[in-house]
Amino acid sequence: MKREDVPQDGATSTYGGERKLLYAVDANGDVVGVPSAGWEVESEATQSALDLIAEQCDAAWARAQQGTTSPLEYYMYYRRMDVALLAQTSGVWQWRIRRHFNPQRFQKLGRKLLARYEEALGLTIAELQTLPEQPLHESSTR
Amino acid sequence: MNQALVNHSFQHRQAAHCETGVASALLSHNGLPLSEPMAFGLAAGLSFAYLPIVKLSGMPLIAYRMPPRAILKGLQQRLGVKLHFQTFSDPAKGMAELDKQLDQGRLVGLQTSVFWLPYFPETMRFHFNAHNLLVYGRDGDDYLISDPVFEEGVRCDRQALQKARFAKGALAAKGMLYYPTQVPQQFDLATTARAAIRKNYRIMMNAPLPMIGVKGIRYLGKKIVQLSGDSKKSERYLPLYLSHIVRMQEEIGTGGAGFRFIYAAFLREVGQALANDRLKEAAAIMTEAGDDWRKFALLSSKMCKGRSPMDSKLLQATLNGCADQEAQAWRLLKQF
Repeated sequence: MKREDVPQDGATSTYGGERKLLYAVDANGDVVGVPSAGWEVESEATQSALDLIAEQCDAAWARAQQGTTSPLEYYMYYRRMDVALLAQTSGVWQWRIRRHFNPQRFQKLGRKLLARYEEALGLTIAELQTLPEQPLHESSTR
Repeated sequence: MNQALVNHSFQHRQAAHCETGVASALLSHNGLPLSEPMAFGLAAGLSFAYLPIVKLSGMPLIAYRMPPRAILKGLQQRLGVKLHFQTFSDPAKGMAELDKQLDQGRLVGLQTSVFWLPYFPETMRFHFNAHNLLVYGRDGDDYLISDPVFEEGVRCDRQALQKARFAKGALAAKGMLYYPTQVPQQFDLATTARAAIRKNYRIMMNAPLPMIGVKGIRYLGKKIVQLSGDSKKSERYLPLYLSHIVRMQEEIGTGGAGFRFIYAAFLREVGQALANDRLKEAAAIMTEAGDDWRKFALLSSKMCKGRSPMDSKLLQATLNGCADQEAQAWRLLKQF
């Protein structure tokens, strides 16, 4: 890639105003570092991953409000995890996590288990046990 | 503790990739000037691996470089650098040790989880546990951080930094910190570069598995064609799969093309230093390989967004083009 071809798609960027360094070829044929404001192709891939998370958050939020799932599922997606990842970070088996999506069961959970979720999700036990009044994530229907 | 403690002789410099950026800054600061591409090339960091067993949100892991810590370890081995690595079971001890080393004026490397670093833009915060950064000072409750992928130095409060260092899961850092205890002030570039290029040649050209190296790139192409022929998967799964590849290629780390460009920069730098035209030629071919990878990302992205019709044969041909370019560069490099 030539220096002048380094993409500068700032408008659609998912770098949050930051620039990333790319190596590109200058007029002498040397390969030098050039900051890039973003590349549309990359932004689209990132954005579709973010959209998926937002949809999961929306759905879990709605279910938690109807009482068909526990706040745990909502917070899991809010922290950009899935069941497999939460199992890794909390050390709780996947099938147990799924059981804890049952609201009644989740409310009866002992402190020891809750403490594991507390650490993995970076939220206090009190926060975990209640669904916030307003969603914490940015909804996919912006 | 209110007084700022800053390592004033340290100069932050942006890099394309975290581990090579940290390695370059750490060694340069300790008397061995080494560019980021040099750190990458001398550690034999380039690779390709398609790992269907390791899953990332249900998708196979595709790696365009050697696994985390390979750069630091490779440089230890090849340059005679000695690094002290330390992990902790107790987060409080891990933070105390960091403070102690900073108080002694050391520049300290850390392995962290991207997700828990508050200075990352929201859109870039995903769970990746092997992000490297340098700490060069303290100011009250804040740590002064040189994060190689950022343009300027950044700050992170104590609590957040602890969380980022001790996040659990795959590749968990366990609070790992590191700093050099011995840094040679010079090395012989010709022999070191030759050994590193040989090693990288073996990874890319002589891998015993079909999913690794140049063969792995072709394997990925075959996999895409296979999926498009599978009526159960071609509709929904294939676009997701392609989008995943593009994400792995571009966003996570510096991606497929990015690493090819860094390696080209390494070949060019060594070629200049040793006045070797073969290396410069290989650098140009490696750059073209990177361009082909970007072409592949562009095509995939159009196809999974439905802006152009799904054409798995075209994607395969593009990937085979990448493989051909890389193989050509490596055959040249074998003669170096």
